[in-house]
Amino acid sequence: MTATVTQPESPVHHYLESLDDLLTGKPGRVAELRVRAMDRFVALGFPSMKNEDWHYTSVAPIATRVFGRTSSAPAAPEVDVSPMLFGSPDWPRLVFVDGWFAPELSHVAESAGVRVSTLAALLAEGDSTDLARLGTIADHDNVAFTALNTALMQDGAVIQIGAGVEVEAPIHLVYVSTRPAPLCAVFPRNLLVLERSARATVIESYAGFGEESYLTVPVTEISLGEGAQLDHIKVQNEAPGAFHVGTIQARQERDSELHSFSYAAGAELSRTNVYTILDGQGASCTMNGMYMVSGLQHVDHQTRIEHAQPNTTSREIYKGILDGHSHGVFNGKVYVRPEAQKTDGKQSNNNLLLSDHARIDTKPQLEIFADDVKCTHGATVGRLDEVALFYMKSRGLDAEQARTLLIYAFAADVLEEIPVKAVRDALESAVFARVRGEELQVAGE
Amino acid sequence: MLEINGLRANIGENEILKGINLTVNKGEVHAVMGPNGSGKSTLAQVIAGHPAYEVTAGSVTYDGQDLLEMEPEERAQAGIFLAFQYPVEIPGVTNAYFLRSAYNAVRKARGEDEVDPLEFLDVMEEKMKLVDMDPSMLNRSVNAGFSGGEKKRNEIVQLAVLNPRLAILDETDSGLDIDALRIVADGVNKLRSPEKSAIVVTHYQRLLNYIVPDFVHVLAGGRIVRSGGKELALELEEHGYDWIQTHAPEAAGAARG
Repeated sequence: MTATVTQPESPVHHYLESLDDLLTGKPGRVAELRVRAMDRFVALGFPSMKNEDWHYTSVAPIATRVFGRTSSAPAAPEVDVSPMLFGSPDWPRLVFVDGWFAPELSHVAESAGVRVSTLAALLAEGDSTDLARLGTIADHDNVAFTALNTALMQDGAVIQIGAGVEVEAPIHLVYVSTRPAPLCAVFPRNLLVLERSARATVIESYAGFGEESYLTVPVTEISLGEGAQLDHIKVQNEAPGAFHVGTIQARQERDSELHSFSYAAGAELSRTNVYTILDGQGASCTMNGMYMVSGLQHVDHQTRIEHAQPNTTSREIYKGILDGHSHGVFNGKVYVRPEAQKTDGKQSNNNLLLSDHARIDTKPQLEIFADDVKCTHGATVGRLDEVALFYMKSRGLDAEQARTLLIYAFAADVLEEIPVKAVRDALESAVFARVRGEELQVAGE
Repeated sequence: MLEINGLRANIGENEILKGINLTVNKGEVHAVMGPNGSGKSTLAQVIAGHPAYEVTAGSVTYDGQDLLEMEPEERAQAGIFLAFQYPVEIPGVTNAYFLRSAYNAVRKARGEDEVDPLEFLDVMEEKMKLVDMDPSMLNRSVNAGFSGGEKKRNEIVQLAVLNPRLAILDETDSGLDIDALRIVADGVNKLRSPEKSAIVVTHYQRLLNYIVPDFVHVLAGGRIVRSGGKELALELEEHGYDWIQTHAPEAAGAARG
């Protein structure tokens, strides 16, 4: 289907073959999108560390292995997703097992102005108008993993909230890998469309069971109409040995508000891209995150906030806690276009290293092309304050308590901003548990 | 209660304490005075177990136990409390949570039941009145954004909550205006009892007008160069620390109490 020639037997070639299976007997816009995206993926290839966006993260463990796409939904999966849930069991929930929607584990209540469907179901219907915005927000021309996802996307949530509709209960998207075969790859694709003045909360959780390596490459596209408000929380708690490269990309119209929180604690190697464009006056975003890794884990976040119109506001705090021989990367870009006067942007990245062997590469970046803006950014890297530890111990707290409290305190301000209390409580507990060296019990494992 | 013999301590390569002898009995209040750099704050921090200081010689016993073998938290649990000269800010941890954790840690060590947040609120309200502290500070982060006076008062609140047997006040008067000083001193005085002792470290005699000591010791160059009753502080106030250096370096170390 594509004109590009690539080496046979290479992993890239392998993904090309997967595409051929997907295209059989399915013409139409999405098929064309897949072909174009695969062309771009083949042209871009897996990024090397010479690529500025991947300077501190090697994807060699992904690029040198052949991960196989799961081709069909498992029959009646028996998975206990309860450890991954937050809040009320009544919250609408879409569970995807090994990349495919599992209706028996999910429940969605119908309500006026809210359309919740799955990508696979809509694709089976042919060119659904519900998919009109699919592939129009996430950049599959320049971002290799987004191209790969776009070519091979299989299933995911397609959520549309009508104008003026406010959805109270958070909608929880749960992705769980059971690893039915070695080296499985899943390509979840979500599309969240909030029309004018709509409000909703969406939580995405990723987790896995078992020992084998697997690859998750999710992409979530978000479209916020005028005055729409979305709280979006991602909880990445993949199993050890997993590889996770995900992208969340939003486009925001006038006066819309995006509140994004990205939590990453799982996987052997993870990369999360969170991108938004503030494409209307008065649009604002809060883009926060936290990563907490140990052992030999590698965790990478790249964020980009593009101020494209005047009077737009962004707030960003990412905090990292790194132990063992782990390696963290943070690259945050705030880009202010020439027309985006009166931009107000604040960005910070703070890191706490708990061991002499942990490492963080942090690169907050401002690129400003307008002359009347208020933007600040900064990054810190530190260790636990010995004097504060002594202060707490001198009040009777034992070494473990003092350490736990101090680490928690480091993360507290960013955790407190998580817009859903049940998630906030669960992640606070996870931080306490992890600091105490307990197994992580939240959202997976 | 506390017996210090020949205590020498370093920070890095520098010897700060060069042989301190001091005995503090039950119910006594000892003032330790001295010029800047004399080692008085170091003495306070060594008793509390600050890890930056290395004890090179001598002994410290507390109720017959070897204090130097105890971790800082064990010392606190055994009833020693240091009010810091520079209280530490802990953004992200509320005063209420921190105080309750400390209170319960100390209670647990004494074999008493831990208290829940509601019970603790009652304890707190009473203690905060001691130093005229606004209850809203309970929900603020420990010392974060506090003024100098608020930080010192917060130390006294902690002192009152933890109810130590040996309180060490390290320059609690520095940076306080006269009203704040009176409030802090009143708070400390209300906690005095025949069962409890205190070491009040200060540069100025002023505080000792409010917290009247039983004994005064003057530290210079890492040694106690003079000891006496409360009137010694007044002599110092009149003549200054130079007077000690030139006048009667008697009985270096042999502080009684």
